[in-house]
Amino acid sequence: MNKANKPGYYGEWGGAFIPEVLYQTFCDLNDAFQKAKADPAFWQEYVSLMSTYSCRPTPLTHAENLSRHFGGAQIFIKREDLNHTGAHKANNVMGQGLLVKRMGKTRVIAETGAGQHGVATATMAAKFGFACTIYMGEEDVQRQRPNVFWMEKLGSTVVPVTSGSKTLKDAINEAFRDWVTRMDDTHYVMGTVCGPHPFPEMVAWFQSIIGREACGQIKQQFGRQPSRVYACVGGGSNAMGIFQGFLDNPAVELVGVEAGGKGLDSGMHASRLAARDGSPGVAQGYKTMFLQNSDGQMMDTHSVAAGLDYVGVSPILTDLWQQKRVRFSAATDAEVMAALDLTMKKEGIIPALESAHAFVQAFKEAGEMGPDEAIIINMSGRGDKDIFTIAHAFNDPSWKEFIKKKGIEYGA
Amino acid sequence: MELSRQIKTALADPDRKILLMTHIVLGYPSLETNRRVIEQMVANGVDLIEMQIPFSEPMADGPVIVQANQEAIEQGITVRGCLDFAEEMTKTHPIPFLFMTYYNILFKFGVEEFFKKAREIGIKGFIIPDLPPEEGEEFFALSRKYDIAPILIFAPTSTPERMRELSRFSRGFIYCAARKGVTGRQTDFDAGFNDYLRTCRASTDLPLAVGFGISRKEDVDYLTGKADIAVIGTRTINLVNEQGAAAVGPFIAGLR
Repeated sequence: MNKANKPGYYGEWGGAFIPEVLYQTFCDLNDAFQKAKADPAFWQEYVSLMSTYSCRPTPLTHAENLSRHFGGAQIFIKREDLNHTGAHKANNVMGQGLLVKRMGKTRVIAETGAGQHGVATATMAAKFGFACTIYMGEEDVQRQRPNVFWMEKLGSTVVPVTSGSKTLKDAINEAFRDWVTRMDDTHYVMGTVCGPHPFPEMVAWFQSIIGREACGQIKQQFGRQPSRVYACVGGGSNAMGIFQGFLDNPAVELVGVEAGGKGLDSGMHASRLAARDGSPGVAQGYKTMFLQNSDGQMMDTHSVAAGLDYVGVSPILTDLWQQKRVRFSAATDAEVMAALDLTMKKEGIIPALESAHAFVQAFKEAGEMGPDEAIIINMSGRGDKDIFTIAHAFNDPSWKEFIKKKGIEYGA
Repeated sequence: MELSRQIKTALADPDRKILLMTHIVLGYPSLETNRRVIEQMVANGVDLIEMQIPFSEPMADGPVIVQANQEAIEQGITVRGCLDFAEEMTKTHPIPFLFMTYYNILFKFGVEEFFKKAREIGIKGFIIPDLPPEEGEEFFALSRKYDIAPILIFAPTSTPERMRELSRFSRGFIYCAARKGVTGRQTDFDAGFNDYLRTCRASTDLPLAVGFGISRKEDVDYLTGKADIAVIGTRTINLVNEQGAAAVGPFIAGLR
């Protein structure tokens, strides 16, 4: 995949723009990661852990009702929601946990947007006996209170980040500030395929387990490869995970779906590639397409889904976009709610708001395809953890009544 | 190499046993305050000033400077505005001025354009904490072409081999971060620090500046004879916030 000569570059994207104080830490991390990657026993250990502590392999579900509803392609859903902690984030986190054990570090830190990566990291830290601090934008702490509750109950410290836009990018900055202070005993568990090398490569490697499984499962259930694979893209880890199972097969079209927020013309979205607002930049340790102004200052992004609300995108995906190997589109907040509603009613499956973005684009295209074709939607996580956000977005009257009563019960 | 010459001349003055470099976040709290603060710094003997062009993601900075970056941007500071102000400063004051910022500011401006402009307005050096030599091929070539000193940073985690490597790329002086972490917290000057500074000295022929947590006369006294330049950063920002620009002059005068 890495075509440039320089390590950590994907075309012109990626790199490691890190302060000197972390130079040695990155040397050690690169070393430990490359050794683990070259050691078949490490991958074995990882797969075995994921099949006993999480629910791997996760199922590939044939969504028969939705397929019939759209009257086109056979829709299959890769069920990353059935991972322990409810999202694909567990794959990366458990993998990095094994690496942390190898490196002999005793403390982990992480950034989190939606809170899924935070909960997954807190879970991993509890299991492996690491101390754990999670950085989370203050705005996201408000949006995702239940996840904060679980992180704290799992024994982690959650630090609300009040600088900048108080979202994911600011949590990443704050995690780096912690790391430059305590790199000796601490590993930064980056949650997505972004940041300085080797994080994009490392996280993509752990997440490739999704694509490896899906590639075999679709062959078994459908008899051949899918025509298209859809995944939502925030940083891009679930997309990279499933895409890697099909990258080598040019007949499979890969579709990344970004957060269209209130619409691509509204200025309130998080589409770095599907919109025309993104431009090349260097921030958070890597070079990619960012949503920034003409001075290079990062802009505020918007999405109903906290996990997609991010200014940058994986350098690997930016390269694949530039090569036209991955097509990018965007789903608006309103489209996401409609797709979520339909999926629940037709299949009894509740996608996370993030994942629902992928469903939107798949639903737009499924009807135009033939019934002899298959598509896969990567369902990166489950939506019931978003109950407060989803209930709010649906403006659900009986839920509001319940919250009011709870408020009275708590003396509000 | 203009900056090296200026620093050597300053260090040759027997009254100046150590040089002082101060830090300004441009546009915070305002350019007008920056102007008054710089005037007082220069009048009270500051030898070099690093002017930070604000960036929305100042990864290597601590809370005070992060806040300053953010507020300056919110109040509408632009890169062009910073360049115009810098030009005014270099024309008004005889001391060397440097730019400190993050790489995206140069990248978005056009790296060569930025060098050209900086050269034109009389900037002597750049400190870019998120640009290691491995990523700076174009940057280092341009720094030679436009004779603007790239100032590299040594950290307590840098090995002697790494320091020698960094020294090959650096010009003017080396910025030694006194401790791990971000800007704005006190540093303990212990035996470990002395060992670190000795390693720095042995790894380069360039003058050594020491920054991170230098805030009092005692700190400057301690560094005198060990380092060539003491860097005062967050302290003056706090001072201006607490007591206004007028407090900077007496503070600087009392440092040495």
